[in-house]
Amino acid sequence: MTAQGATDDMLLEVRGLTKHFMLHGDIYSKLAGEKTQVLKAVDGIDFHIRRGETLGLVGESGCGKSTTARLVTRLIEPTGGEVRLKDEDLLAFSPRRMKETRKDIQLVFQDPYSSLNPRKTIMHILSRPMEIHGLARSWNEKRERVLDLLHRVGLSVEHIDRYPHEFSGGQRQRIAIARALSVEPELVIGDEPVSALDVSIQAQILNLFRDLQEQFGLTYLFIAHDLSVIRHISDRVAVMYVGKIVETGPAAAIFEEPLHPYTKALLAAVPEADPAKPPPRLTLKGEVSTPIDPPPGCRLCGRCPRELPVCAEVEPPLVAVGGDRQVACHNL
Amino acid sequence: MPETVLELDDLTVRFRLRRGDLTAVNGVSFSIGRGETFGLVGESGSGKSVTARAIMRLIPDPPGEIQRGRILFGGDNVLDKNAAEMRALRGRHIAMVFQEPMSALNPVFTVCEQISDALRTNLGLSKREARERVVELLALVGIPSPQKRLDSYVHEFSGGMRQRVMLAMALSCNPGFLIADEPTTALDVTIQATILELITSMIDKLGMSLLFITHNLGVVAHSCDKIGVMYASHLVELGDKREIFANPQHPYTVGLLNSIPRLDIQARHLTPIAGSVCNMMEPPSGCKFHPRCAHAMDVCRREVPKLKEVAPGHHAACHLHDRGAAT
Repeated sequence: MTAQGATDDMLLEVRGLTKHFMLHGDIYSKLAGEKTQVLKAVDGIDFHIRRGETLGLVGESGCGKSTTARLVTRLIEPTGGEVRLKDEDLLAFSPRRMKETRKDIQLVFQDPYSSLNPRKTIMHILSRPMEIHGLARSWNEKRERVLDLLHRVGLSVEHIDRYPHEFSGGQRQRIAIARALSVEPELVIGDEPVSALDVSIQAQILNLFRDLQEQFGLTYLFIAHDLSVIRHISDRVAVMYVGKIVETGPAAAIFEEPLHPYTKALLAAVPEADPAKPPPRLTLKGEVSTPIDPPPGCRLCGRCPRELPVCAEVEPPLVAVGGDRQVACHNL
Repeated sequence: MPETVLELDDLTVRFRLRRGDLTAVNGVSFSIGRGETFGLVGESGSGKSVTARAIMRLIPDPPGEIQRGRILFGGDNVLDKNAAEMRALRGRHIAMVFQEPMSALNPVFTVCEQISDALRTNLGLSKREARERVVELLALVGIPSPQKRLDSYVHEFSGGMRQRVMLAMALSCNPGFLIADEPTTALDVTIQATILELITSMIDKLGMSLLFITHNLGVVAHSCDKIGVMYASHLVELGDKREIFANPQHPYTVGLLNSIPRLDIQARHLTPIAGSVCNMMEPPSGCKFHPRCAHAMDVCRREVPKLKEVAPGHHAACHLHDRGAAT
């Protein structure tokens, strides 16, 4: 779709992206003089995605992965930081410019039951984005493009006038993917797009993501909590824990030799479908830390098996460790 | 061979819906021995949860109906018991852990009140005795400072802690048999690991038998001895865990295992099962899996294959194995 620049192949660059939610208490807590608490959902993260690449963003519930997706698409406004698409800061765009830019970034959501309008036919769902972005004018042109999209995601002409409820979960996710592709985006963000699907269907949709990437030269930001899915789909991986990226690097390197104690713990906790593999176990103490007014220092403090005195005081920065890898840990 | 605790024989559960009849469980037979852990695996709608609920007689009637079969628990047919006898069985002898602790626990009672309710009804403990026992139970399932959490409400606990509360409630009357219906599905992977470890250690410590229901093959690979695979209301494969993973005999099991992305190697493409699960209101004739099966033959369209032994202790319901027997 887009010619690949030999020198500048960076599509998305995120710097210091931050989203803090103010938790205003009720009037009584205000009268009592309690301070407003701050939920640091995303707290200064950096990552980049090159053209044609898949970055997998993985972490447990509440770590800020979905907030990141919404920030990158400006569905919510960040507290700070930059989101640079093709070297321009999205956050500085006018509403009009932003609307045009939405064409380049499309989202596929987790639940294909709530992300498709039950009252519209598939033809309408897939052609409306084209109309909005002026990609097809005549009815014939739209229909032709919709048919082409359906074909590419593994559906056929007989499905075009049906409603979402007539489809299974896997088929609906195919429609959601077709809708994302209808405006010829460069970056597709999948926010847990296969989590709601049964394993046999999940494999079909993962293959579809792969095939479409090859056909259209797409770039993916793929968000999931399932580590084997992330391993399968990603070229590079970023691991999030309570609003921070703790480790990032090529997928193979991270899965074969995780460096951050949290990444290690995540991998050790996955039950692999092979009785010969070691059973899942938890190498961390306690439960996930809270993002509300987190103490200074590393977010993993108090749970980490390799804690140093410095960990409670200084937040470890994400530093390069060679091989395109970065880790945020004091004790490597 | 350990003594059989639970035996399902030709269990068939049907729901009479306005749109027509739906057979959710169709001729399922298996048995679980004392101290054994049995994993029942299948995708959504395969009938695994209905099987579990049928054992506890929790199928709402109408529209549900146990059409055929027997459920023998300790030699007695559960289906012959009246309401009072069932109450005596539930909680005291068979306990159940559900997927959604938030909806399975009562939000308007404290943890102590809900757990002691079962203790006072089933074991006749006094209020004070029950309270002491609840503290013990919460400590047993690894809730830190149980004395302090005793009078908390469910919403004050995290997802993992709620699941521990539910497990404490299930274990409260020392049942010999535990049914866990997707107990870790709603949990994050690190919390899942701790809950699975907890369940396995409780089973060992208290000498219980376990029926574990899940869609996650990774989970059964590590927490069960025997596995049953369900597809569209039928039990299609049954056997020892290692046998099933190393040497799956039903095309559906093979497909399921191939569909899972792996953690140790990265494949360019996965090998999914073609098509999607059949509509249970209008199931296909013969073997329910034949429209998705690469090996489907004429006989598959005509006849439902019976579960038969293909190797010692390993059963599969597939016509491919008839051919071997005929020649």
